[in-house]
Amino acid sequence: MENKNNVCKEIIRRSGVNPRKCMKCGKCSGTCPAYDEMEYHPHQFVSMVETGNIEPLLNSKSIYRCLTCFACVDRCPRGVEPAKIIEAVRLTVVREQGKNHLKPDQIPELLDDDLPQQAIVSAFRKYTK
Amino acid sequence: MKVSYFPGCTLKTKAKVLDYYARKCAEVLGVTLEEIENWQCCGGVFTTSTDEVATKLSSVRALMNAKSKNQPLVSVCSACHNVLKQTNAQVKNVADFDRAVNNYIAPDEYHGETEVIHYLELLRDKIGFDKIKEKVVNPLTGRKIAAYYGCLLLRPGKVLAMDDVENPTIMEDFIRALGAEPVIYSFRNECCGGYIALESKQLAKEKSNRVIENAKGKGAEEIVTACPLCKYNLEKNGCADIPVVYLTELLAEALGVKE
Repeated sequence: MENKNNVCKEIIRRSGVNPRKCMKCGKCSGTCPAYDEMEYHPHQFVSMVETGNIEPLLNSKSIYRCLTCFACVDRCPRGVEPAKIIEAVRLTVVREQGKNHLKPDQIPELLDDDLPQQAIVSAFRKYTK
Repeated sequence: MKVSYFPGCTLKTKAKVLDYYARKCAEVLGVTLEEIENWQCCGGVFTTSTDEVATKLSSVRALMNAKSKNQPLVSVCSACHNVLKQTNAQVKNVADFDRAVNNYIAPDEYHGETEVIHYLELLRDKIGFDKIKEKVVNPLTGRKIAAYYGCLLLRPGKVLAMDDVENPTIMEDFIRALGAEPVIYSFRNECCGGYIALESKQLAKEKSNRVIENAKGKGAEEIVTACPLCKYNLEKNGCADIPVVYLTELLAEALGVKE
């Protein structure tokens, strides 16, 4: 319990977000381009971090579905900036030893002739430490 | 006028044409893009967490280099621009981040002094679309062009501060200056899927297709973008059946320097 609270505190500190500002309107999830592929949606990230229900998020593939498009950041009427919370949760996972989500040896099979380098460096930036 | 220029990894490889015509058109318009020496990749996407420091130092070094020449830092790739501008704002506005960064770069110092602008801002604010219009020798008359902003060019709006995030006009004004007709459509500032192309082709396909269908539904005959990853997703995952071109290609065409 102690550890779980610390993880939540760290996520809130790292994100710079105050989840208590959220008024649960759901606009972040409504505008999220990855909504259909997420088990937990942006508004749920905010609420679950606020209430300390962090385990399901740490174990969900939803953390790799955020596209960093900042739509929820700009469209939140309360300035909560949910993408920063999702990122802070993902960093909690990928910063652990052996928890990189993307491995260099996976890259060759993902390549095609037109794939821009930008896609690869962006994916590494988001999915690894 | 001379400005510092950060091309970025993809402009040296898959998007050489974006870089080539950026330089060529700038020369025609009286601006020299001076490439930053020994620049390093920006990382493609910005990590918002303020305790993520080392991965942002390549951007800080580029910003410092521009500061040392007292020049604005220009990039044309939407992603590079987004990372450089957000990094600069974080150094400027977040004391802990500024302190951590300055620990790494000591004895030098940097506190967010550089002006970071996108190539489109260079055209609009430093040169002027009216001046560009005067230099057009091959107006793109009658062409219906949809501006695709995607996400990185505009958001987060309070940091990027380039245009209205929900009702932008900079690319439409650019298209008008070249003599073409801009097509306004709802999904012009929605995400193409970005790097999810590596993780979920299906999602990238869905996101890109709805942009293309929406643009075509409003009468677009071609789509213009500043981002190599947007172009890739629209063409490869979205199966675009209308041309997707870089803004510098259109500019070169209108200025009569397209090869």
